Order: sequence, then C-alpha cells, then structure tokens
Amino acid sequence: MHPIRRQRLFMVIFIVVVASVAVGLLSYALRENINLFYAPSDIVSGKAPEGVHIRAGGMVVDGSLERADDSLFARFQITDGEADVEVHYTGILPDLFAEGEAAVATGELDNNGVFMASEVLAKHDENYTPPEVADAMEAAHQRAADAADNSVPTDSTTPADDY
Amino acid sequence: MWQWFHRLGSPRWFYNTSGKWLPWLSVLAAILLSLGVVWGLGFAPQDAKQGNSFRIIYIHVPASFLALAGYYVMAISGAVGLIWKMKLADMVMKSAAPIGAVLTFVALVTGAIWGKPTWGTYWVWDARITSMLVLFFLYLGVIALQYSYTSQDAASKASAVLSLVGMVNIPIIYKSVDWWYTLHQPATIRLTEAPSMHPDMFHPLLVMILGFYCFYAVALILNTRVEILYRERRTRWVQDMVLETPVSEIREGQN
Repeated sequence: MHPIRRQRLFMVIFIVVVASVAVGLLSYALRENINLFYAPSDIVSGKAPEGVHIRAGGMVVDGSLERADDSLFARFQITDGEADVEVHYTGILPDLFAEGEAAVATGELDNNGVFMASEVLAKHDENYTPPEVADAMEAAHQRAADAADNSVPTDSTTPADDY
Repeated sequence: MWQWFHRLGSPRWFYNTSGKWLPWLSVLAAILLSLGVVWGLGFAPQDAKQGNSFRIIYIHVPASFLALAGYYVMAISGAVGLIWKMKLADMVMKSAAPIGAVLTFVALVTGAIWGKPTWGTYWVWDARITSMLVLFFLYLGVIALQYSYTSQDAASKASAVLSLVGMVNIPIIYKSVDWWYTLHQPATIRLTEAPSMHPDMFHPLLVMILGFYCFYAVALILNTRVEILYRERRTRWVQDMVLETPVSEIREGQN
C-alpha cells in the first residue's frame, strides 16, 4: 500500500477509535441515567432517590393486581426476583398490562415505600406466538404443572417460559 | 490483485455495470416486497398477546435493519473515499445518506405507531429510541454537510469524518436493549440463536428483510447513477451518451 494511503488509513482508524473511546467513557459515566427505570431491588435498597420523579420497572407479580370497583384506581406489585415494590395508580392501564408481564411505572416513592405512579406502560417481550400455539403451550404447561403437583411439590415461582 | 478495486472506482464502469443489474434487482425487490407484504399482513397468524398490531413488525424491523446497515455503507464508502480518494466512493456516500435518513424516519414513525397500542405511549426516552433518533440526526448532518461547501472535495471529506465518528452509534443502537434497562424489548432475531418468533410469523419477516435489502440496493444504485451523471457531466463519455440516447429514443417514440 502506498505510504500516503497507509497514513490516511491510520487517520481513519484513529478517528473511529477515539470516537469510540469518547462515547464509551461518556456512556459509562452516565450509565445510571441511561437506564430508563430502576429495578425494584434498587428502590428497596435505597439506591433510587426518594421524593423525585423516577421510573420503576419489573414483572407484575402474579395475583397482586387489585382494581377498585368504583374508580380507575389499581394497585399491584412489581418484582425483579429479589425485591417487590407496591405500585398505586389511578388511570387506564395499557391493553398489554397483565400479571406476569413486565411494566414500567413513572411516579414517586411516598414515605411508606409505596410507589405512587402517574403513568404505567406495558413492556412486552421479544416473543411472538400465534394464539393457537400459545393456548396449546398454556395447556401443556398446565398439564405439566398438574402432574408435578400430584407427584412432588415444586416451587411455582420459576420464571415463565412464555414462548 | 488491486485491479478490480480500481476498476470498481471508475464511475463509468459502475454506471454501465449497475445499469445491467438494475432491472433484475428491481424485479427481485418488487417480488419479495409484495410477497412479504401480502404474506405478513394477510396470512401470517396474529400474535397471542398483541393481536394484529404486531404486524407493523413487517415494516419496522426491515426498515431498522437497513437504517443501521445503510450507515455502515455510508461510513465505509466515506473511509474508502478518504483513503484512496476514490470518486465513486464519495458519490456512494452522498447517495446513501438520504436513503438511510428516510429508513430511519420510517423506523421511528412505525415504532411510535406500534408503541401506542402495546406500551401505551408513542414515545419514551429510552436508550434504544434515543440512539435511533441520534442516528437520524447523523444522517441529516451528513446530508447538510454535503451542501455546506462550495468545493465537493471539502464536502466529501467533512461528511466522511462525520460518518466515521457517528459509526460508534451503530453498535450502541444494536446493544442498547441489552446494556441498559429500556422499554424496547430485546432483539427477536439473533445471529447465534433461533428467532424467538413462531416460524409462520418469521418467514414473511425474512422475506421482507431480503426485499428491503434489494430495495435498498436499487435505491442506492439509482441515486449513485444520478450523482455520477451530474459530477461527470463534463466528461466525454457522459456527453456522448447524452448526445446519443435521446435521438434513438425520440425515433422509437415516433415509430
């Protein structure tokens, strides 16, 4: 390769490397702020700031969702497997919001450690399944669970393999 | 060994060769895209959770793929232009920018439309969506730089440097859903694993992705050919071609 071209090639590599290092350091320094939400364990352990607007994200705990009869109030718990946070929200929940699915709530922690949400978003996963297949898998899951119940008691809190 | 490389750098050779490929590529793109659209929108099963709204994936994912891949095309042509001073590479870089910008815009808009029924919001400032918006501005920046200099040489150099600096953003977009907590779900199609999608839904998506690649190639070739004719307008071969073609086409039109 011609020396001048080689010099230009090094210049190009230099630009790419320096830009990568700069952006890498920047995103490393800002990593907490790049995260869209805090996990429940961060909130319980006090890593998340209190009294300011934050987002909390996690899996909606099975059986924790309670809706008021006479208003749009709803309460549920979100978990990351280590800690749970109670969320209170008044408003319309997204269609895909469901127990066992992930959700992201925006709001503030009150003094009792309850997360008062002003907005709740559903976070869907990367799996796509036709309804019949999903029903068949659900039924198979149920059968397996029943069989397991009849033989030996197992922990029912294994993460859902919902594909 | 380098001969093919230098021949590739000749705008005239590229103009003639791409002219032969263009009809085939266009037909292939049209077939794949119409097959993918009909299959994906009409015949693929709906999603158990999202219903029919998931079908926007057949536009959203291919557009996003090509928005990212197109950036590499632009940045690598920019680098080739910088290192070898190859005129054709500069032309490809300039031609790739508006196509990439449009595809990024399509990805952002379809993502927003998809977000409302599934997440419950059109927009959220998470790492994936924000880095995708940055990509859109990078494309716009390259387009703007192309028109900010009176000298084409200076414009090419400046936009090549911006393209190269912005290339850092591509792996960030790709890995953002794994590195940080985002609202956007992780990738469905992965290189090393099977897609987390039922085959009946995945096959039309694959057809759409291939169709978008062909469409991208067609759009890039068309754009580059216009750029070649414009920049080479004072050369002999372009003037000869311009003097020759219309006469025969006028005659054909008259007969």
